[in-house]
Amino acid sequence: MRMPDPDQDVLARRLDIIAALRKIVPVEGVIAEEEELRVYECDGLTAYRQLPMIVVLPETTEQVSRVLAYCHEQGIKIVPRGAGTSLSGGALPLEDGITLGLGKFNRILDIDYGNRCVTAQPGVTNLALTQAVSADGFYYAPDPSSQIACSIGGNVAENSGGVHCLKYGLTANNLLGIEMVLMDGEVVRIGGKHLDAGGYDLMGVVTGSEGLLGVITEVTVRILRSPATARALLIGFPSSESAGDCVAAIIAAGIIPGGMEMMDRPAIHAAEAFVNAGYPMDAEALLIVELDGPQVEVDELIGRVEKIAREHRAESVRISTNEIERENFWAGRKAAFPAVGRISPDYYCMDGTIPRHRLSEVLNRMTELSDHYGLRVANVFHAGDGNLHPLILYNANNPGELEKAEAFGADILKLCVEVGGVLTGEHGVGVEKRDLMGEMFTENDLNQQQRVKCAFDPTQRLNPGKVFPTLHRCAELGRVHIQGGQTRFPDLPRF
Amino acid sequence: MIETFNPDSADEAGAIVSDALAAETPLEIVGGGSLRGIGRPLETGYALSTAGLSGVSLYEPEELVLRAGPGTPMSQIKMQLDQQGQMLAFEPPDLGVLMGGDSEQGTLGGIVAGNLAGPRRVKSGAARDHFLGVEAVSGRGELFKSGGRVVKNVTGYDLCKLLAGSWGTLGVMTEITVKVLPAPEKTRTVLIECADAAKAVAAMTQALSSPHDVSAAGWVPQAVASRSSVSYVSSTQKALVAIRAEGIGSSVEARCEALRDELAAFGNIEELHSHNSSRFWEEMRDVRLLDPVEGDGCIWRISMPPASAPELLGGLHDALDMEAFLDWGGGLIWAHVCGMADGGSYVIRRALGTGQGHATMIRGSLEQRLIHPVFQPEPAPIEKLTRNLKEAFDPHGILNPNRMYDGI
Repeated sequence: MRMPDPDQDVLARRLDIIAALRKIVPVEGVIAEEEELRVYECDGLTAYRQLPMIVVLPETTEQVSRVLAYCHEQGIKIVPRGAGTSLSGGALPLEDGITLGLGKFNRILDIDYGNRCVTAQPGVTNLALTQAVSADGFYYAPDPSSQIACSIGGNVAENSGGVHCLKYGLTANNLLGIEMVLMDGEVVRIGGKHLDAGGYDLMGVVTGSEGLLGVITEVTVRILRSPATARALLIGFPSSESAGDCVAAIIAAGIIPGGMEMMDRPAIHAAEAFVNAGYPMDAEALLIVELDGPQVEVDELIGRVEKIAREHRAESVRISTNEIERENFWAGRKAAFPAVGRISPDYYCMDGTIPRHRLSEVLNRMTELSDHYGLRVANVFHAGDGNLHPLILYNANNPGELEKAEAFGADILKLCVEVGGVLTGEHGVGVEKRDLMGEMFTENDLNQQQRVKCAFDPTQRLNPGKVFPTLHRCAELGRVHIQGGQTRFPDLPRF
Repeated sequence: MIETFNPDSADEAGAIVSDALAAETPLEIVGGGSLRGIGRPLETGYALSTAGLSGVSLYEPEELVLRAGPGTPMSQIKMQLDQQGQMLAFEPPDLGVLMGGDSEQGTLGGIVAGNLAGPRRVKSGAARDHFLGVEAVSGRGELFKSGGRVVKNVTGYDLCKLLAGSWGTLGVMTEITVKVLPAPEKTRTVLIECADAAKAVAAMTQALSSPHDVSAAGWVPQAVASRSSVSYVSSTQKALVAIRAEGIGSSVEARCEALRDELAAFGNIEELHSHNSSRFWEEMRDVRLLDPVEGDGCIWRISMPPASAPELLGGLHDALDMEAFLDWGGGLIWAHVCGMADGGSYVIRRALGTGQGHATMIRGSLEQRLIHPVFQPEPAPIEKLTRNLKEAFDPHGILNPNRMYDGI
């Protein structure tokens, strides 16, 4: 993976930079020893590693602002980092860059039931937000599977989803306000505890911008009252086609489940061997459908979904009658990744989204690709919204196998785009899918996105090398190319 | 007299903007024209109409997705969705009559460009939250796209969010993809007599904090309620809190009963069923219950934290000749201000403060909109980002110049 060339001048000034940073943050908040830097050499995408030049761990917004202002003035690159759980290399360090960790921003600042929102520092974990309000019957809806570890600041940077987002939305739909520091050190507050923007929706475009527009130092999210009840169905199908048809029929019947997850045979077997959830071992596809809401509604919808499932060749249907059963249904799905980790030395997790009705076609093509590359694949799938997580099984100790897995992964993502889908549903582009962006976007599309980057960070020192396959200078992108008057449409009236 | 271009393809729209750029001639971007009166007055000699960029090109109900040209009339989209028992969940308002024109003139492009949303905003989000993909022409005359047709998508920056609510100042949308959702089988509304705004917000907060899955919560003072065409609302001669429950029949009935029990302490309770409930919320959505604007009267939309509503409302009533009602559980004030040369701009903005929400002059006279800020003034660092973004999309100010702010 090619990253921007290191700036030798910056590298030569490393000791001066360390000294300058120690004047801004407490001494122990500047990490410069190799063995300590090692902790930060990669994020959740462990195939890519790079020691950062320096790691800095500020404790206040003011310190973040001063660090950024200093780096801006000195021409030093910054890589923001939350909990380091990115699966796309969003926090991959740069050899000549400072990794700015938000780990010390770990406090919940305000729980406001009157306005149904919580304000927290960005290093607070996703799960801790829910835990802070659960005793009072509330929760924070987006629940990425890394929620024990991932931070809310990282969730904003990646616009994280989770199993409940078909019904309750992504991070973007649950975010009310942020405080953010721009690369030049300016602190801006966007949104607050109210709804929507008075001018341009800056918060909307910052959400999911992968740490390229600013460093988030405070987040306000809306919280919801926990549903009165939740029940799940565990449904086994003889084919992925029938499972896919069942999903379409549930939605066509006007039902939006709280969660709807699918697993294929290899994933079912791996999960069952790991947690003994009682999954049907003879099924080709397994569907977990969870209905949540008022008791009477859930009870009625469970019956409707069961009927639809049976009309779509379901071979087994189990319905949870209590919380223990419901959690048991989910146990296998939630453990799917580590379960696959037990049957293969390494696995590579992909994240494309497809229009749901193309599912069986995509799965068949994936089987062909699996034969072609000689690598196995297990599939878990957010079935309600078409977000696929194929897990490619490989062994990094076999020479060339990582490269083969990567090529297989790239083919899967190209296939997702080909059928009308996208490269990434929730893991982000990062470095991982950077060079595939051209599969989905034209040069015009990418240039317009980069101009947005330039509006926030004109010197492009913030997380360079991520998201965009080619870095253009902002001055070059800003130029206007006048092409009018060429009468491409001779019948149009002229000015 | 404004000359209007009517492209019928994205390429034609691109060519027109390119030509306008070459001729350094700004364009007004119009759809159905029903929202034309929102924003600072434009002084352009030419307009680009999206009327020819019309029609639903993709609608897959079981995939919850619809794609259409920006000029597609909302009435047509609504009809197609109705046939499949679906809806745009953000409950797009029809502000045609409020703006002094007719109803049913609005287009999808207008709704999205204004990021408008109705009472269900509080549960389901605004237009921005359902806006999956876009193709547009920038002020550089370049065609670009963002997003896609799937809900789960974090590939590249979400330019849809920027275009939603940019009032045509960043790009001419040529194709819009939105998420659609199943329409509820049944709707009912619990009405609670409640004259005090603070008590009303407390009741709405309790309802929205309950597990009863409330889909709208508003408060109408007696004078506002009296204009409702729903006799159960107008005949009470009381200020009313209205709480809506939607969904499958058995659930709606059970939840309304639970809400009545839970909110009994706030005042006498009535219930609106199906048709009456729908009609009342249409009146709320379309802002039909305020006194018609005359003379120097201004209509304001103020978004703020719901808990701040009672105090803000009290302060505004003390200073202004104003009639207002609340939606979004108290998070939205719709206000009609009379007798002020500035339409109440100074008082409203001072009371709201900075960073505590935003106020938009939705309807005002030409002079009021020219002299006083229509959109919420931004603090300097935010204003700078706004200018940079305008520069990124439309560096020569070809698209709806000055509509939102001076130079934006």
